[in-house]
Amino acid sequence: MSLLALKRLGVLGINRRNAEYTLRYNPRKFYPLVDDKLRTKALARKAGLAVPDLYGVVEIAYQIRRLETLLEPREDFVVKPSRGSGGMGILVVAGRAKRMYRSVNGTLISPEELKHHVLNVLSGMYSLGGQPDRAIIEYRVVFDPVFEAVSYLGVPDIRIIVFLGVPVMSMVRLPTRISEGRANLHQGAVGAGIDLATGNTLTAVWRNEILTEHPDTGNKLTGLSIPHWPRLLRLASQCHELTGIGYLGVDIVLDRDRGPLILELNARPGLSIQIANRAGLLTRLREVEGRHRDLKDIEERVAFAQDRFAPHP
Amino acid sequence: MNRLHLILLASLLLLGGTALFLYKVLALHFPLDPDTEDFIWSVEAQISFQARDRPVKVAVYIPQDTPHFSVVNENFISRSYGLVTKKVSGNRQAVWSTRRTRGKQTLYYHTVVRGIEKKSDRENLKPPQIDKPGFEGPYLQAAETVIAEIGTHSADIDSFVSELIKRLNRTPPDENAALLLGKQPTPPARIQAAVKVLAQSGIAARPVNGIQLAQEQRDAVLTTWLEVYDLGRWRSYDPVTGVEGVPESYLAWWRGFDPLVNLTGGRDLKTKISISLNREEAIQSAIERTRLKNPALLEFSLLRLPIQTQSVYRILLLIPLGSLVVVLFRNVVGLNTFGTFMPILIALAFRETELLWGIVMFCLMVALGLTFRFYLDRLKLLLVPRLASVLTMVIILMVLVSVVMHKLGLEQGVSIALFPMVILTMTIERMSIVWEELGALAALSQALGSLLVAALTYLMFNNRYVAHMVFYFPELLLLVLAVTLLLGRYTGYRLFEIRRFKDLSKARTGGS
Repeated sequence: MSLLALKRLGVLGINRRNAEYTLRYNPRKFYPLVDDKLRTKALARKAGLAVPDLYGVVEIAYQIRRLETLLEPREDFVVKPSRGSGGMGILVVAGRAKRMYRSVNGTLISPEELKHHVLNVLSGMYSLGGQPDRAIIEYRVVFDPVFEAVSYLGVPDIRIIVFLGVPVMSMVRLPTRISEGRANLHQGAVGAGIDLATGNTLTAVWRNEILTEHPDTGNKLTGLSIPHWPRLLRLASQCHELTGIGYLGVDIVLDRDRGPLILELNARPGLSIQIANRAGLLTRLREVEGRHRDLKDIEERVAFAQDRFAPHP
Repeated sequence: MNRLHLILLASLLLLGGTALFLYKVLALHFPLDPDTEDFIWSVEAQISFQARDRPVKVAVYIPQDTPHFSVVNENFISRSYGLVTKKVSGNRQAVWSTRRTRGKQTLYYHTVVRGIEKKSDRENLKPPQIDKPGFEGPYLQAAETVIAEIGTHSADIDSFVSELIKRLNRTPPDENAALLLGKQPTPPARIQAAVKVLAQSGIAARPVNGIQLAQEQRDAVLTTWLEVYDLGRWRSYDPVTGVEGVPESYLAWWRGFDPLVNLTGGRDLKTKISISLNREEAIQSAIERTRLKNPALLEFSLLRLPIQTQSVYRILLLIPLGSLVVVLFRNVVGLNTFGTFMPILIALAFRETELLWGIVMFCLMVALGLTFRFYLDRLKLLLVPRLASVLTMVIILMVLVSVVMHKLGLEQGVSIALFPMVILTMTIERMSIVWEELGALAALSQALGSLLVAALTYLMFNNRYVAHMVFYFPELLLLVLAVTLLLGRYTGYRLFEIRRFKDLSKARTGGS
C-alpha cells in the first residue's frame, strides 16, 4: 500500500476533503443549521421531511425541575445534546420501572441521575468547544425489523454522503456491544457499504477488519435489502437544498412505523465510509463536479447516482 | 484563482525573506555559524606636532573598504578640533582644524577593520586619465630608450611593468635608469619614475600606500605598491621585485604621492601607526558594520531592543518554527496531538527542564492528573468546576513534586514550575475523554504522539544554529510563513492514511 495506490483508488484524504470540499462547498454561515440539531429539526419539518418527534427542550438549568412532569406521559424517549458530536451524550430510555427509568441496556437510572445528565448536557460537556448547550428530548426510534438481526442494543442508521445534491456513497452503521449501542464507527460500530443502485448491503468493516457477519449476533451482514431505498436517496438529496451545504452527510433512521426519519446532518462527514464501501470517494466527487450542472432536479440527481455509483462488478 | 493568489503571496514572502537574508549574509557578512570568529584589526594612527599659536589644519588620509578588508568602526580623537571627513580624488581624508592653539598636540585616528573573503576581480573600471609625465630633452630620450628596450622583449602590459620595475631596481642602475631616478634612488623615487615612464608609454599607473596587517606592531611601516591599469582593472605590483599581486594582509590606505598627513600651522610632525589584533564573535562585527553601512536596518531591528526584551524574542521567534513542525506532523504525517499547539508549549517547558527530566515530569503530571480526574468523574461535577478542580490539583501536584525533588537533591524538579499548567489541565481533560470514548489505547497513543512532537520540537528549539538563525535573521520567519501557507493548501494524503485505508486495496486486489 502506498500513496500511489491510494491515489489510484481515488481515496479522499482528510486534507483534500477539508481544502477542496468542505472549505469550498460548505459555507461557514450554514454550519449552525446542521451543528444544532434543534435547528436542523425545525428546518426539516418546515420542508415537510420526517424527523423524530420533539417531546421537549431543556434550555436552562431551572427548567430541570419540570423535567419529570414533561416526561410523565412518555414511556420511552431519547435525551441528546443539541450540538453534540460523535454520538456523545446520548441517553436512550427504553422504559420505566416505578420511579426509575430503564436504559436500553437494562440498567436503571434514577430521576436524579437523569437530571444530572441533562445538567451536563447544558454545561456543554458534550458539545463542540464546550459551549453551553440545550438538551433535546425526543421520540425513541423503533427501528425497522430489517436490522433486527444485525444490531446490538442501539439504533442502526444510514449515512448517505450527498455532494451538490447527488448521493455519492452510503453505508449503514450497526451498533455493537463494543460501541455500547452507539452507531459511530470509531466507537466500534460496524459499517456496511450500500449499493447505491439497489440499496443492498455490501461487505462490512469493523475496526478496520472486513466482516461478513455481525460480531455480536453472528448474522449475515451482506446482501440485506434496505426498504424504501429510492425514497431514502430522494430524502438525502433534498437535504442539500434544505441547508445549502454542498458536501453533506445525511443520517437517516428507518422507523418501523414512520419510515425514514432524518436524524441529523453533518457538514464534515468522516472518511471511513470509503473503507465500508471499499471504494474511493474522490473519483465519484470529481464525476459529480463535472456533471451536476446538467442534473436539474432531485429525480435526475438520484437517477444519476443510481446509474453511475453502483459498485464495480 | 485562489491557488494563484496563494502561490503569488508565498513567492512574495519567500522572495522578500530570502532577499533580506542574502543581503545580510553577503553584504553585511552576518555569520551563519554562531561560532564564527573574526580577526579584527585595530589600527591606530597617532599624529603629534608642535603648534605655533596659529590656525592649524591637519589633513590625514583614512582607509576605506578594500577587497580584503572592511572598515567596521572608526573613531577620531582630538581635543577642541573641528573635524570634517571628505572624499579627495578617490581617497578618504579627515581634516582636523582649529583656530589657534599652541604646545604639543596629539590627534588619534582609530579604525577597526575586519578581513573579508576576496571578492571576484571582475571590476569594469573606465580607463583613467593619464597625466603628462613632462619629460623633456635627455629625460625624454632616456625614457623613450627604456620603453623601446623593454618593449622588444615584453608581450603585454603585465610583462612590461615587471620588466620596467626590475630595470629601475637594478644596482647599479644603467645610465638611462640612473637619469630617470635622479640623484637619490629612494623607493619613492623609483615608484615615481616608474609611474612617469608608464605614462609616457600610455599606461596609467599610481602608487598605493598602506600597511601589512600580519602581526601586532607598535610602530608599523607604511609600504607603497604600484598599481597599473590593465583591461578594466587595477593590478598591483611589488615596487622592488616587480611581482604582481599584493598579499591579502595588505591594507590599502590611500593612493597617490601625497604623504599620509598634511600639516599646516605646526612643526615637528610625527606619525606613529600601531596595529593590534582582536578576536571577536563575527556577529558583533556584523552589527557594527550594519551600523555604518545601513543604520536604518539596525535601528528597526530586534538588536536595538533592551537586552531583556531581546531574550524574550529569542524564544518567541522559535515558536513559528514549532508551529511549522506541528503543521507537518498533523497535516502531512497525520499524527494526532492533544491540542493543536500544546506540543510547542511543552517543548518550551522542556528548555528549562532538559529533555529527559521534562518527559519524566510530564508523564508524572499527566498520570497523577488523570488519576485525580477519573476519581472526580464519580462525583459527577459540572464541566467548568471540574476543570477548575483539575487545574488546582495540577498546581498542588507541581508544588509537591518540586518540594519532594528538592528535598531529594534533584534540582531539576524545581523547574517543573515552568510547565504550562492550563495546557496540562486541558491535556488531562481531553485525554480522559478520549480514554472513555475510544479506550486507553487511543488515549495513550495520542499522548505519545503529542510527546513525540514536543520532544522533536524541543530538539529543534535547543539547536544553537536554529536559535542563532531565527534571532539574527528574523526575516526567515517570512519563509516559515510562506511554507505554512503553502501547506495550508496541501491536499495530498497524510502518511497515516496509508494505514487507515490499507484494507481498501487489500480487499479489492484480493477480489470477492
